[in-house]
Parts: sequence; C-alpha cells; structure tokens
Amino acid sequence: MKEEDISIYKRLTAKGVSRRDFLKYCTMMGGMLGLSTSGISQVVDALMTKPRLPVIWYHFQECTCCSESFTRASHPLIEQMLFDMISLDYTDTLMAASGAQAEAAKEASIKKNYGKYLMIVEGSVPFGNPGFCTIAGKDAYAQFKEGADGAKAIIAWGNCASSGCIQHARPNPTDTKPVHEIYNGKPIINVQGCPPIADVMAGVITYMLTFDKVPELDGLLRPKVFYGRRIHDTCYRRPAFDAGLFVESFDDENAKKGYCLYHMGCKGPDTFNSCAVIKWNNNVSYPIQSGHGCIGCAEPNFWDHTPLYSHLPDIHGFGINATADQIGAAVAGVTIAGIAVHAIATNVRKRKLIENRMDDFSLNREDTKIELEDLEKQEEKEISKNRKN
Amino acid sequence: MRTHRVPNREVYVWQLPVRFFHWINALAIVVLCITGYIIGVAPPLQSASAPEFNYWFGVIRFIHFVAAFVFIINFLFRLYWAFAGNTFAKWNNYIPLTKRQWRGIFDTIRVDALLATPKPIYDIGHNSLAAFTYFGVFILFILQSATGLAMYSEESNFFLFKLFTPLIYWLNGFSVVRQIHHALMWLFIIFAIVHIYLVVYHDYIERNGITSSMIGGWKFIPEPVIRDYEKVARKKAELERLKQTEKRLKKKRESKESA
Repeated sequence: MKEEDISIYKRLTAKGVSRRDFLKYCTMMGGMLGLSTSGISQVVDALMTKPRLPVIWYHFQECTCCSESFTRASHPLIEQMLFDMISLDYTDTLMAASGAQAEAAKEASIKKNYGKYLMIVEGSVPFGNPGFCTIAGKDAYAQFKEGADGAKAIIAWGNCASSGCIQHARPNPTDTKPVHEIYNGKPIINVQGCPPIADVMAGVITYMLTFDKVPELDGLLRPKVFYGRRIHDTCYRRPAFDAGLFVESFDDENAKKGYCLYHMGCKGPDTFNSCAVIKWNNNVSYPIQSGHGCIGCAEPNFWDHTPLYSHLPDIHGFGINATADQIGAAVAGVTIAGIAVHAIATNVRKRKLIENRMDDFSLNREDTKIELEDLEKQEEKEISKNRKN
Repeated sequence: MRTHRVPNREVYVWQLPVRFFHWINALAIVVLCITGYIIGVAPPLQSASAPEFNYWFGVIRFIHFVAAFVFIINFLFRLYWAFAGNTFAKWNNYIPLTKRQWRGIFDTIRVDALLATPKPIYDIGHNSLAAFTYFGVFILFILQSATGLAMYSEESNFFLFKLFTPLIYWLNGFSVVRQIHHALMWLFIIFAIVHIYLVVYHDYIERNGITSSMIGGWKFIPEPVIRDYEKVARKKAELERLKQTEKRLKKKRESKESA
C-alpha cells in the first residue's frame, strides 16, 4: 500500500491511539458539527476509510494569528489528530523545510494531488504593487491562482482572507482583496474571525473530510453551523441587556457585577460567531466573559465600523468623524432654522397673501387650460384612430 | 369684526380609512422613534435590582416590535387603499406622470416654499409637491420596514421574516443594516417637523381647514377651483368613454374577421 493511501485510523492506531479514544474523538467531532448520534458513524466511517486529506496552506497579508489559533486547538487530541488527518504539504510558517525545498514540496503536492487537495488561504491578496507578498519570484495573485486552479475547495481562514481585515480598512493602501472577490469557480468557505476559533477551524476541516462536501453556508459564505447565531443571542450577559443593566464605564460597579457591555460598544448584537458557545483557550472564556465587548471580528469590514467602543459607528465622509445622531440632529437643526426663516418671511408678506387668496386664480386657470388642451389632443388622437379603422 | 364673503364649497376629501391610516401611522412613528432611540443609545435608566427581577429594556424592545407591526400592516392597508380609495387617495396622485403634476410641483415650490410669487395656488387633495414627497416617504417606509425586518429575522423563524435575512448579506453585515435603520429614523423626524410646519402654514395662509380635514375629512375649496376641477373630470370621463367604445368596436371587428 502506498504511503498516501493509508487511512487515518490506521495511522492513529500505529501511533498507539486506542480504538476507544478514536471513537471518543469521532463522537466529539460529531457533536461539534451538530450531527445526530447516527451521524457519528459517518465520521467513524470516513476516518477509518479515507486517506489523509492533502492541504496546501497559503500565507498572504496576515499576522499569523489564524495559524496561532489553529495550533491551540483546545483538546490535545485534536491537535495530534489534525496533523494525522490532513497531510499539510505546505505552510511556510510551520514547515521544517524552507527556500527552494519548501517550494519544491508545494509544487510536487500540487502536481500529485491536482484537483484533490484542499487549499487554505490565510491573509488577503494585495494588488497595489506586485512586490507585496512575493515569494520565490511570484507575486501574491500568481501564487494564489496556481494553488486555486488545482484545489478541490478553498477555505479562507480568518477575516483577512474572508473580507480583508485591517489592511482592507479605508483607505486600503495596498489595494488588497479577500478570496471570494478574486476567484470564481471553486467552492469558497469563509471561516471568519480574527482569528477564527480553533475548534471551528478543526470542525470545518473535519466536516470536509467526513462528508467530502462544503458545509451549508450563509450569504457571506460562512458555515451556518458555527456562524448561524449572533453572539448577543447566545451571550450569558443577555439577561442584563434585557433588564437594561449596562456597564457605563470599564471601572464602574456594573462592570464588576458583569452587566451587559452594549453601552461600551459591544458588537455582539451585530456579530455571527460561536464565541459564547464554544469559547476560547480550552473553552475557558471569551472576550465578553473577560469583561471586554465584542469587536465584531467575524463580520466583514469591522475595522471600518469604528470606534469599537460605541454602539453605532461613525459615518465617514464628513471630514470630522460624526455619528448618525450628530448628523441627524444637525440636519434637523438646519430644517428648523429654515422653517423659522420661512415663517418670518410668510408673516412679512401675510397681508399680500391673504388678499390674493380671495380672487387670484391665475395659476390654477393656466394649469387647467393646459390639462384640458392635453386631454383634447388625446381625444383627437383617439377619434382619428377610430376613423382609420 | 373682520369677515370675508367667500364662495367656498365643502369637499369630502379624506375618507375615514385615510384618516385612520394617518393617525395610526403618526402614533406608530412617534412610538417607534422614541423606543428606537432608546434602544440605540441605551440610556442609563437602570434599576438597582438584579437582572432576573427586571426587564425594562426588553419591554422597550417589545413595544418597538409591536409598534413596527402596527406600522407595517397599516402601511400595507394604505397601499391597498391607493387602489380602492377615492380620487384623492389614488396611487396616481403620488407619482408625477402628467404634465400638470410636474407644473404643480414647480409652482408649489415657487409659491409656497420659495415665496417667490404672491400668486396663490390651490389644490383640493394633496398639492403635487406634497404628494411627490409622500411618494419618497413611502419609499422611506419600505426601506425602514425592510431593514427592521432583516434585523428582526434573526430573532424569529417565521418564513415571512426570514425572507428579509438576505438583506444582511447584501449590505455586508448586520451592523450596516443597524446603521441604516438608525440613520433613516432621522429622516422620519425631519419629515415630521416639516410636515407639521407646513400644515400650520397652509391653514394660516389659505384657511381651508386643512388641519381639521384630517379629523373630519372635509375641506373648504373656492368655487372656481371646483368648477375647473369638474371641467377636467368631465373631459377625462369623456375620453375614457371614447376609449371604451373603441375597444368594443375593435372586439367586434376581430370576431367578425375570425368568423
């Protein structure tokens, strides 16, 4: 049997993982994916029969926080499993090889697994200058396209690859673009977040491996299993929100009591992610539990919806930063001033207006005349049509 | 005692359903703006009790949602009435398709807004500019309802609301929907300010009972304006009859030919 055809289960048992631990892992993954008990047998079946999934992991404009998050997959077994479940043929930050050898490994894998491998993209692709993110003489898009053309599916890791993150924020100096804006024709999955939750990342890969298809996605290409509900709707501080009990400043009594951070600009009500369910760092906590509002990192363009510490973002394009309320109040003020001027002018001319009110119908007469003429013309047209027939 | 001998006629302009629509709408908008603003800024009006004994913010949101449904259903009814109602409630008042409507719009801007000419202009129902503005306001209603329902769709499984979920994706995120919904509220407030001022203005200058017409439905209109209106109405009816006869003749011819 060839090395790459050995099933995941065989690999694990060879390493001393017991069948009991293997089944435990499968059950956990099934639970993560929201499968019913009968669905777990599909996970077991897939991992027992399928060989490792070849994965090529690209890095463009990113901070490596997705890789960092990924390596912190909460259950130690997951971490081991992921390196056994997938064959990570190329990832420039984690792999031992470098330079020409690394490139050679990538090219060999693309050639060998053409049309079968999973492409993972971390970071957005810059178009502002061909020098940005150039590796081995190839610019960012050339590398991306080379990988994407032979991929079975593309997973966009994190906010950078899904919607551009901070480098895409106004004014987007490097003219960077997320994956779904530059490539068509392959299934694209946006695993959102800055970074995404490690267990979510593991879950998406397991799903792809088990069912050999793309999970159900929402309109922003995020897997519904993990991005189906707002953090706000799953937040343990929600009762404080409904009770109107808000933290007014980070050092007040309400912050100590753990009340809702809505007033501090928490973006939980706008953000679809499973932070409040799966949580972070061995499922210990998540930002809101630690006393800081959500910054909305699983939503597109969240850096443009600043400041992060107010519920509604500023509206750009007014020179100074202004909120909708400030602009609305200013326009209302101008309206009232206009009305005041109009009212004064009306009163100055009131006598004249009242006199005219009684006997001057000239404007209405004119309008009526024009309308009657118009109607007559239509009538004539109609009559001539009749005659013709 | 100052008096005027005025040849006025009373005209029944606003039917009962129109008046009901107007006041339900006004009430709903006031409630929606107040509760919506509270939801947006979350004022520190908290009670000392623990979260489990308190629900006032939830109640504010509940009132907002109830008022929103009243607003939407009321608006849908008005759309129906734009086809079923009298000539002053008809849809074609609101979309300027005729030359006269466009002239009316420019004349009203000249006469009432810019005070550029002392000549007055008279209308029985809405003036053309007001009607055109209401067309814009109806679009505002639709946008506000759609963004509101898109946000509400996250708290409901009802399929009619779920139809609005894609709006969140088209606009690239929930916070964009929220921002638009909040900004549009100010258009409602500004519209209300201008609307109330203009009612006062028209009643002050024209004294045609425009304010009370939204309660009783009747307006006082000068006799010559009514006569002109009736002339046009007769002409329109004639034209309509002509068209009908033409249609009938055409049908007859066709049936003859086929026979």
